[in-house]
Amino acid sequence: MSEFRYLPVTEDDRREMLDVIGVQSDEDLFSDVPEKIRFKGELKLEPKLSEPELVRFLTGLAKKNVSSSDYPSFLGAGIYDHYIPSVVDSVISRGEFYTAYTPYQAEVSQGELQAIFEFQTLICELTGMEAANSSMYDGSTSLAEAALLSSGVTRNKKIVVSETVHPEYRQVLATYAHGRRLDVVTIPEKDGGTDLQALEAAVDDSTACVIVQYPNFFGQIEPLKEIETIAHGVKKTQLIVASNPLSLGLLTPPGEFNADIVVGDCQTLGISESFGGPHCGYFAVSKKLIRKVPGRLVGETVDEKGQRGYVLTLQAREQHIRREKATSNICSNQALNALASSVAMNAFGKKGIRELAEQNIQKAHYAVKQLKGNGISVSSDHSYFNEFVIECGKPVSEVNNALLEKGIIGGYDLGKSYAQCKNKMLVAVTEMRSKSEIDQFAEALGGIIGG
Amino acid sequence: MDNQNQPLIFEQSKQGRTAYSLPVLDVPAVPLAEMVGKDYLREKEPNWPEVSELELVRHYMALSRRNFGVDNGFYPLGSCTMKYNPKVNEVVARLDGLTHIHPYQDEKSVQGALELLYRLQENLQEITGMDAVTLQPAAGAHGEWTGLMIIRAFHEANGDLKRTKVIVPDTAHGTNPASAAVAGFDAVTVKSDENGLVDLEDLKRVADETTAALMLTNPNTLGLFETHIQEIAEIIHAEGGKVYYDGANMNAIMGVTRPGDMGYDVVHLNLHKTFTGPHGGGGPGSGPVGVKAELEPFLPKPLIVKKEDGTFGFDNDRPQSIGRVKAFYGNFGINVRAYAYIRTMGSKGLFQVSKDAVLNANYLLKRLSDHFETPFKQLCKHEFVLSGSRQKELGVRTLDMAKRLLDFGYYPPTIYFPLLVDEALMIEPTETESKETLDAFADHLIEITKEAINTPELVQEAPHQTVIGRLDETQAARHPVLRYVNQ
Repeated sequence: MSEFRYLPVTEDDRREMLDVIGVQSDEDLFSDVPEKIRFKGELKLEPKLSEPELVRFLTGLAKKNVSSSDYPSFLGAGIYDHYIPSVVDSVISRGEFYTAYTPYQAEVSQGELQAIFEFQTLICELTGMEAANSSMYDGSTSLAEAALLSSGVTRNKKIVVSETVHPEYRQVLATYAHGRRLDVVTIPEKDGGTDLQALEAAVDDSTACVIVQYPNFFGQIEPLKEIETIAHGVKKTQLIVASNPLSLGLLTPPGEFNADIVVGDCQTLGISESFGGPHCGYFAVSKKLIRKVPGRLVGETVDEKGQRGYVLTLQAREQHIRREKATSNICSNQALNALASSVAMNAFGKKGIRELAEQNIQKAHYAVKQLKGNGISVSSDHSYFNEFVIECGKPVSEVNNALLEKGIIGGYDLGKSYAQCKNKMLVAVTEMRSKSEIDQFAEALGGIIGG
Repeated sequence: MDNQNQPLIFEQSKQGRTAYSLPVLDVPAVPLAEMVGKDYLREKEPNWPEVSELELVRHYMALSRRNFGVDNGFYPLGSCTMKYNPKVNEVVARLDGLTHIHPYQDEKSVQGALELLYRLQENLQEITGMDAVTLQPAAGAHGEWTGLMIIRAFHEANGDLKRTKVIVPDTAHGTNPASAAVAGFDAVTVKSDENGLVDLEDLKRVADETTAALMLTNPNTLGLFETHIQEIAEIIHAEGGKVYYDGANMNAIMGVTRPGDMGYDVVHLNLHKTFTGPHGGGGPGSGPVGVKAELEPFLPKPLIVKKEDGTFGFDNDRPQSIGRVKAFYGNFGINVRAYAYIRTMGSKGLFQVSKDAVLNANYLLKRLSDHFETPFKQLCKHEFVLSGSRQKELGVRTLDMAKRLLDFGYYPPTIYFPLLVDEALMIEPTETESKETLDAFADHLIEITKEAINTPELVQEAPHQTVIGRLDETQAARHPVLRYVNQ
């Protein structure tokens, strides 16, 4: 009996197959690997586990983590604890979806292709843009690719980005920019938003794009109207907006402010936190940029009989055709997560996305009221979505430790990323937090910070 | 498969239906106008569908029946390693304590996650023969670019700014030259010789003091082992360049040989290929990068480390790092699956995987070799390339044969790649397929070659059994319709 349940070749099979091939042994199949580089002995890996042992071991590791199912979480900063309809996991657990690859053979991949076509449509509708691709790795790489696209189209090297964009997104942008030899200019944060005067001073005719986040990293709703005027005040400069898609259920979509590219991460719609990934970057553009988009696009067409069907299209942009001249090197993307997000978006529908977004903003505003009532100083002004900044007066890590002891996952330590934000905490309140959890949080913080 | 055309979800919408449920808002509501300025309050709702939960389920069930995965049948898509995706991986990846955890939680509240990642790093180092590994890259191409940025940072740190070029073989996957371009290099091609291996004379010609790196899979993209790999590495190293291992073909060599022992300096792995992360219809993947000690300082940050007190944490103090390549710590969920697979197989099992993958490929090659032109005569490794040139003379293209395979219930091989083989079919059976499956596939493909002779139109007009016929790709590209618009 085989020792390995994934390996069906029996010893009898092996003998027959080696005979057909015309060699004596397995070893002969590797005669082209020079002796000098052959690995001798056995790889020093961890010992093999049976299925029950594996489940027990990994369950043990999982239990060493504090999960947001156990403790109420007020931690956001780009990843959030949101409601995921049960239907999502049911759909993405179908083997036909999760064990397939990129739908190259359209005739047996219509399911995936149609699902992506629907995803592209859902993203266009939400962002107010004219086209969207089938996904990027995550929000951060999606943003970096948007900057590369802008630079390519405008032939400009200067990327202007607001400090209120997610710090890790900006770090990823910096890495990509170094590769392509682009200059990144950062506009300082002012009162939780982008310093518009500094922005206006920085944008000139060498600027490829202006990048802002909406709502921004501090939760504030950036004034896209004013920002658009500044960005498009220069002839070629493009406006790139990174947006939490859930917030767009409530907020005017960036497309209505003439954004050229809208990017972000669909984690907030149907994808679990998963310690930071896999999530799902989205990438939406105005009509004039369709043929410059990175990654895969699905288009509608017909077969010989005139039946409607879907195919991968405009592939002349992509690496497997265009090689070094491709718009991006991306190949595998986040298809299954795009599917997960599509299922969630369809479950919510046009009414649900609004209700979800409204619950977030209402609960965040309620939390601010309760925190203030417990003597906590809140730095954010009124214009925030589901995150805001509080003053801790002591190291945030200390406060979070004390919260954890009370069974609460506290917020993000802004001092880690912003020198001007020492002892400030970014608090996220989603629809998952009940009134009583918010009340307990406010009370606990009042005790920890006030006391 | 289901032969009914499936309407778009938008076409099934009916006002008033819903498929979600939230608790009633339990905090006092504030008028929205008091919280959001009037320019910023959305007026027009997105045209998302309104369907009931059952309608939603049936929609996706219908779509799933119009899709084909490894769970459905044989999927010998060359260079993609479409092996079985173990079910237990899906179970453990969904454990609450691995799913609902946030990357910004305090280290002490995510020790299990950090330990798992650390253990995975250690195992991957041993498998590849490298000194350090980052799990941050999200996919293979992302790993390629990360590896090249590391090499670039190394040269820059040495004040060596003249290295502008990256050498890739003419058989290379398109991501290699594309990644080189995104990393700011010029991609330069090295030719293959008549045996399908890197032409050493041509390599000597193109390698010089401006060479930053050579990118090379081994076995290469034709499924052939680069027997002269040490000499190749020496040629590049003598010019001061680095040698990059594209791990797309790692499935052939586990426990047989290691990139680190062949002379490679940087490696990326595709955890969604060799290590059973499911392909997901096109992703997510995971593309860890391993390096030799001299390149370790340049790895993306943070790294996951084991501290002196035995706990696990992040090392952010890495001044020479290329920076971040992705927000947070990589595609954690895929890394969990890869770790589960490595623990299921152990060292003996992974060695057996590579032996069986190579056995299956050579067996299938042998069974088909009388019926196709075989451009290379030596043993293959985990995959092989046939040419459809003989059938092309009969007026039957490789594309036609691929479409005909659909009628027999197979996903076709990779076709028209690598580019240097005329009418290429690139076949990778993987180790998780039985002899019976391989025999049945060979019989069907041989039958198709006979049809090409006797009833060519049957092949040329294929597929006949699928939910839809060949689609008009020209129309799709000329008049792109990329979204549904409500009429």
